[in-house]
Amino acid sequence: MSTNSALTSGEYIKHHLQNLTYGQFPDGEWGIAHSAAEAKAMGFWAFHLDTLGFSFVLGALFLLVFRRVGKNMTISTPSGFQNFIESIIDFINENVSGSFNGKNPLIAPLALTCFVWIVLMNTMDLLPVDLLPQIAALAGVEYLKVVPTADPNATFGMSLGIFILMIYYSIKNKGLGGFIGELAFHPFGKMMFPVNLLLEGIGLLARPVSLALRLFGNMYAGELIFILIALFPYWIGWSLSLPWAIFHILIVLLQGFIFMTLVIVYMDMAHQTEH
Amino acid sequence: MNINATLFGQMIMFAMFTWFCMKFVWPPLVAAMEERKKRIESGLLAAERGLSEHKEAQQKSQEILAASKDQAAEIIANAGRQAATMVEDAKGVAAEQADKIKLNAKAQIEQESKRVKNELKEQVSGLVMQGVSSVLAKEVDARTHQDMLGKLAQTL
Repeated sequence: MSTNSALTSGEYIKHHLQNLTYGQFPDGEWGIAHSAAEAKAMGFWAFHLDTLGFSFVLGALFLLVFRRVGKNMTISTPSGFQNFIESIIDFINENVSGSFNGKNPLIAPLALTCFVWIVLMNTMDLLPVDLLPQIAALAGVEYLKVVPTADPNATFGMSLGIFILMIYYSIKNKGLGGFIGELAFHPFGKMMFPVNLLLEGIGLLARPVSLALRLFGNMYAGELIFILIALFPYWIGWSLSLPWAIFHILIVLLQGFIFMTLVIVYMDMAHQTEH
Repeated sequence: MNINATLFGQMIMFAMFTWFCMKFVWPPLVAAMEERKKRIESGLLAAERGLSEHKEAQQKSQEILAASKDQAAEIIANAGRQAATMVEDAKGVAAEQADKIKLNAKAQIEQESKRVKNELKEQVSGLVMQGVSSVLAKEVDARTHQDMLGKLAQTL
């Protein structure tokens, strides 16, 4: 704040909540938006470069590190970092074998990817709010939102992926008739099928929406509070941001865990053949 | 909240990461952990087997030890008995020998005393004859009284 004294508090907050958007200007040219209004004018076919960039870097980091550890696994004398990775794998395995009753080699890696990727993306929230945007500003980048999960596009992107998998596995395991029957003949019996369809349909659609909004809401709120704390003078800011950061570590891990658990549960529901 | 095509980017990225994770990250990690589990299991089994084998061997060695102790005691007892009989035998032999020697000595002594007696008898009779002959030189003719003198000498 002190370095950006030209901005008012409102502008500062808005600036922090604006993604670096790449899209088509109204005049037909492609480029990076220089203001929130320009970004909005780009419409649907625009990309948040910061969200995509950070999530890609973090996901790649996760995969490369885990791949490296997996390649250099020692069986008799595991080192410290290998132990750490193995404890994560054990944790995922425990959750999957506890909640998922079907047999599908995709589910455990899917849960691992969800958990570690989301935790890494959430962890970006623990960096000082101004650190990366200021560095980017020095490099000439006007906007930078460092927490991908505080962007609904990221969370909805993941939850829609899960939704597609849910429908795919439901139809694959129960058959199209079974899947539709589950929606239409429950909970009230055959004669009430329009009501059933409405209830079950809402229930089905609510899953990806709640999955995405829960994660997004938590991280967005957390980030917003960090931004608000950053508006305080520096000599009092740390006394607020430190406890909030410590508390936020819990949310970072918890949201990753909840997302993963729900993914496992939804996948389990899609694999249950008898109802 | 502005939803835009970032959504699809994120979805594709998610799918790619999950696929990569399933193909290249998950299997080696889980395989190695599974193998370690197996190795630990077999190691524990081997340790248990070794322990039971050790116990068995200990028992066997104790049995062998006890048997050898018994054997040793028996040998010692036998040897003692043998020694006792040997001593007993030797005693008998020695006593016999001593008796024999004693008898021999007695016989010898008797013989000697007999011989000495005879000698003495002869000497005494010689002396008597001398004395008598010197006393009776005048009255007794040696030749006429030879028989009487011989009888006398024999009775001595």
